[in-house]
Amino acid sequence: MIKVTGLVKRFGGTAVLDGIDLAIEQGEIIVVIGPSGTGKSTLLRCLNFLERPDAGRLTIGDLDVDVTRASRADILTARRRTAFVFQNYALFANKTALENIAEGLIVVNRWPKEKAHARAREILERIGLADKADAYPASLSGGQQQRVGIGRAMAAQAEVILFDEPTSSLDPEWVEEVLNLMKQLARERQTMLVVTHEMSFARDVADRVIFMEGGESSNRGPRPALQLTTGSPDTRFPAQGSGNPGNNRHPDLSRMPVRAIAVERTGD
Amino acid sequence: MQVLDVDYMLGLVPILLRYLPLTLQMAAVGMALALVLACGLAVIRVLRIPGLNAATLLFISFFRGTPLLVQLFLFYYGLPQLLAFLTQINGITATIMGLTLHFSAYMAESIRAAIVGVDRSQTEAALSIGMTNGQLMRRIVLPQATRVAVPTLMNYFIDMIKATSLAFTLGVTELMGATQKEAAGSFLYFEAFITVAIFYWVIVELLAWFQRRLEIRLNEAYRR
Repeated sequence: MIKVTGLVKRFGGTAVLDGIDLAIEQGEIIVVIGPSGTGKSTLLRCLNFLERPDAGRLTIGDLDVDVTRASRADILTARRRTAFVFQNYALFANKTALENIAEGLIVVNRWPKEKAHARAREILERIGLADKADAYPASLSGGQQQRVGIGRAMAAQAEVILFDEPTSSLDPEWVEEVLNLMKQLARERQTMLVVTHEMSFARDVADRVIFMEGGESSNRGPRPALQLTTGSPDTRFPAQGSGNPGNNRHPDLSRMPVRAIAVERTGD
Repeated sequence: MQVLDVDYMLGLVPILLRYLPLTLQMAAVGMALALVLACGLAVIRVLRIPGLNAATLLFISFFRGTPLLVQLFLFYYGLPQLLAFLTQINGITATIMGLTLHFSAYMAESIRAAIVGVDRSQTEAALSIGMTNGQLMRRIVLPQATRVAVPTLMNYFIDMIKATSLAFTLGVTELMGATQKEAAGSFLYFEAFITVAIFYWVIVELLAWFQRRLEIRLNEAYRR
């Protein structure tokens, strides 16, 4: 189980995250949505210390640390128990698809090269890119690159995979293959925390949907950076404009059926 | 009227070939040492290690800011007066030392630029799977920085090969020193110096050919 309590992250004087509490059960799929600038990505990046949070407590398995006091070893542990999928794929440009997936196993987990490559081939098989094992990122399509990015996260065998807008920089034609792979992982009950604008994904796959708003307007006075609506299966999202009919990437949130909505309202 | 004494030039070739290894050795050893030093300096600059960073800036400033010939004279003639143990230093060692320090200052900056130029998101990706800073540098950043740095580093190596000719001012008989002696004996200055010029030119062209091959290999991962 992954648990954060009282997570705070400030940039300059602005608190982008202001006391977030979040618990993720094993096998749970949580989708985080909300307008840009509300700290969705920052939340993910704080969970594996790509950003150093300003306050809070992080629990991943038997790791339980005050984030401001996390030692170098704690940070490595947290990173090894979480895996990250980046918006821009961030594949290692000097390594083939196979090597990208095997790299962490070889360097971080100290597996022998043959064993790591064998595992990487299994993963390539699962992500449908067995024939691209020796291809370098530059020769792969965006969708293929992101699938390798997900494969790299799968190899880490982390407690949770953090997806930071995994389809946002993809051409529309590649979005579906990436979403399908994520759905496949969800069916296998891979614990996932997904920041996305893909409402269909949230609707079809999420066990819980977290809505973040605020943040940007915090210069108007003290205001909780994260506001979550009260949760029960029939709770509606706050209306988000009138929606854009015909554009399934920005549907009318108020009409979106969700199974449950998480609620930890912070501040007052 | 005979313009060029071609026979004399051809006769010079085997003589100069005897001194070629020394020239290449000084350049190779100088380059190897300069690379190691420059990598260290570049990493200090990139990580902004307190104290060392300022020292590195001073080092780079001095060795870029003064002529190589002045530095060589300083090491060979000057320092032994100051530090007794350096009286044993011979011209070859002083040359290698000078070349190393001088060129490492330039190379450090181009290596630093190459390291900084590696896509930041890959750094984050490496950290996100739990790599340490050392692993990140060794496995992800330096291999990619190498590709960017190689063309400029090869340029410095070419420059260094030619700069070994300054060793003759410290009394070292290498390619240039040998030519000077031959020319002084025969008075055929033009023939002697055009021959040695062709020597350097051929060496540099061979290197340039090697550089092109190397770059093709390093670019393999980036072809679409």
